[in-house]
Amino acid sequence: MQPIETLHEAKRILKICNACRYCEGHCAVFPAMETRLEFQEKDLYYLANLCHNCGSCYHNCQYADPHEFQVNVPQTFAQLRKESYVLYTWPNFMGKILERNGLWVTLVTVMSLIIFMLLTPILIGQKTFLGIHKNGFYGVISHEIMVILFGIVGISALIILLISMIRYWRAIGLPPLWTIRIRVIKKAVWHALTVKYLDGGAGQGCTYPNETPSLWRRRFHHLTFYGFLLCFAATTTAAVYYYLFNWKGPYGWLTLPKLFGIPGGISLSIGCAGLLYLKWKADSPLIASKNTGMDIAFILLLGLTGFTGLTLMFYRYVGFVGPLLIVHLSVVMSLFLLAPYSKFIHAFYRIIALINYELESE
Amino acid sequence: MHNDVLVIGGGHAGLTAAITAAENGAKVLLLEASPKNMRGGNSRHTRDLRIMHHQPTKVLTDIYPAKEYWDDLVRVTNGQTNKHLAYLTIRNSANNVKWLQQHGVCFQPPLKGTLQLGRTNAFLLGGGKAMINALYHSAELLGVQIRYDSTVTMLTLDENHFVEAILENGQTIEASALIVASGGFEANREWLEKIWGKIAKNFIIRGTPYNRGLILKQLLEKGAKQVGNPKQCHAVAIDGCAPLFDGGIVSRVDCITLGIVVNKHAKRFYDEGEDLWPKRYAIWGHLVAQQPDQIAYVIIDAKSEKMFIPSAFPPKTANTLLELAQKIAIDPDALLKTVHEYNASIQPGTFNHTKLDNCHTQNLAINKTHWARTIDTPPFKAYLLRPGITFTYLGVTVNDKAQIIMADDQPSKNIFAAGEIMAGNVLAEGYLAGTGLTIGAVFGRIAGKEAAQYATN
Repeated sequence: MQPIETLHEAKRILKICNACRYCEGHCAVFPAMETRLEFQEKDLYYLANLCHNCGSCYHNCQYADPHEFQVNVPQTFAQLRKESYVLYTWPNFMGKILERNGLWVTLVTVMSLIIFMLLTPILIGQKTFLGIHKNGFYGVISHEIMVILFGIVGISALIILLISMIRYWRAIGLPPLWTIRIRVIKKAVWHALTVKYLDGGAGQGCTYPNETPSLWRRRFHHLTFYGFLLCFAATTTAAVYYYLFNWKGPYGWLTLPKLFGIPGGISLSIGCAGLLYLKWKADSPLIASKNTGMDIAFILLLGLTGFTGLTLMFYRYVGFVGPLLIVHLSVVMSLFLLAPYSKFIHAFYRIIALINYELESE
Repeated sequence: MHNDVLVIGGGHAGLTAAITAAENGAKVLLLEASPKNMRGGNSRHTRDLRIMHHQPTKVLTDIYPAKEYWDDLVRVTNGQTNKHLAYLTIRNSANNVKWLQQHGVCFQPPLKGTLQLGRTNAFLLGGGKAMINALYHSAELLGVQIRYDSTVTMLTLDENHFVEAILENGQTIEASALIVASGGFEANREWLEKIWGKIAKNFIIRGTPYNRGLILKQLLEKGAKQVGNPKQCHAVAIDGCAPLFDGGIVSRVDCITLGIVVNKHAKRFYDEGEDLWPKRYAIWGHLVAQQPDQIAYVIIDAKSEKMFIPSAFPPKTANTLLELAQKIAIDPDALLKTVHEYNASIQPGTFNHTKLDNCHTQNLAINKTHWARTIDTPPFKAYLLRPGITFTYLGVTVNDKAQIIMADDQPSKNIFAAGEIMAGNVLAEGYLAGTGLTIGAVFGRIAGKEAAQYATN
């Protein structure tokens, strides 16, 4: 479906939803919809990002297939979300990467793997690459090089992400951030952190992967997100150790980087595996087929980040520090490089939509 | 393979009966006429249950005592109700929310919405289909065998005693007890035509196409005692652009009290402002059914915009009444005359749509007694209206064990009924929002328990 067609389809469906309103207890989308009679492009891109694709309004819809109205809000909104990513990303031409995201994520990951694999042994020598080092993987690539490399990429990604978010923020008509009350922001962030709208409305959970409500999707999302945060905390504490206290790695089992990193890696791996499993099991009408590549690529990338990081921690017992490190670094590099151009951005679009919702509800 | 209990009909009443029978130790088979993705009959389109309660709950505000419930029932039915069964329903309605919650159904907090039902009615989270999905899941967990695409065409009775059911494909199914929960006959056009004549061709069926009344017909032919008048049906004036079946809630047109309603000759035919809309919408189906071609148009102007929940279908819109008349193909002169006469007869008043205000017309053959405002501000809008049948009242008589009563006034020992097929015992005419599901819930539980007891003893 082309953007115009998706917008048109969303308008058609919302006319029906607005006359029905049975779903208003499930999530924020329907109360937000009810305050509008007409739907402009900006309204649709806002509502689409407010939708968590929980499936409740599809499985509970009396007008879903095979009814002639063919109402499918989650699928239409998933398609619209992707179109909003393409539309507001900066610079514009990079939207192409979001259009065929599965391909690009794979390509970038494989390329960074090849480059690291070829360059590292050449730069440090075959023997160092495959050897065992008393200072762990820093013996393979020095701490300074890693910090410089990932620092540059990370900061650039952050800037691009910020510009894209400002574009979306303005497009849906939100006033400047500093004019919004803290209370509104707090509520929106809390609903994002708890993924409130995967609870189905009464805590029964969402109808994903099938019509029986379940909380597993929300649990797997929590494992993924908080696993990711723990891994991030591990890296950050390691940096603090290094720069503030001049403690050099590798760190012992009872140090913060390990205490964050090991549960984080495990949590991230399980969470991503769970999300992939649910996606595989999900009733096909819930999935916008053109988004599947983007979704799966991102979950795989995140899951691999956790899993390879975890493996690296056990390098002492398995050997091959060099290759293991390279695989992990390549995956993380791909995650960093594509942060503004992958499903990673859904979190930011979602938060902005939630802020808009809380602001409207005031 | 022997079944203790056979349930015909997989809507809310049938599922409630099947689940209760299974919980009482019976081996249950449930037959649903529709395919899986259209299961649940008219329960798919429902949203709320009317519940007696003596204190506020998480899903109901204030109180709704039995006496008030009974008074409401007598008022809407003009006394066409069985007091014993009605009180049985009212008293047991208090258990409905808890029972449904125990079987995976969720409710939402009381609504502040347009119909002001948050006090008397508990609203299903996600509507009827969410409830149906939860009950099917619950039934499956209890080992109830469910078969879709299974229409029963014939029942074999032996002296008022159920013996076997014969399916469309010729297969016979025996069971010790039978629970019929197969709904009314509102989707059976031939039957409707037999009662209403040719005008029934222009009726829209708001719900499932599977309520053809085959079981109801069988039982009445085989000596079940009838309840209710065949001509009684719940008919609403709905959007004429709605599909022939299954249009459900989105076909409602909520702006009749705000404008005027004319027939195809551009003549008004009833007081649009007689009473508050929730108290009047159920009469408009019959009113429109009596008009030529069974159509009418609500006409509103820009002043009424945003004062009602929009229908799913776009109205005809024009900047002049002349253009509007052309768009809906009625005589422009006649329409202009009707509107001018109406506008000229409006008395000064203060408009308030939330109560019976003093805006009315004077000296018209048919006055509009409230909310009468001039129709003069473009754009003008016209919604096409047709009669939409929600359900029928004709049914089988039951006793307080949900056993159906036969012509000799004796109950059948092993045939039980629940839901729309017996709702006429409690509500034989008129309409009280949320009573249908309540009757289904109460008699579903009674039928399930009694049938299981009979079958397993």
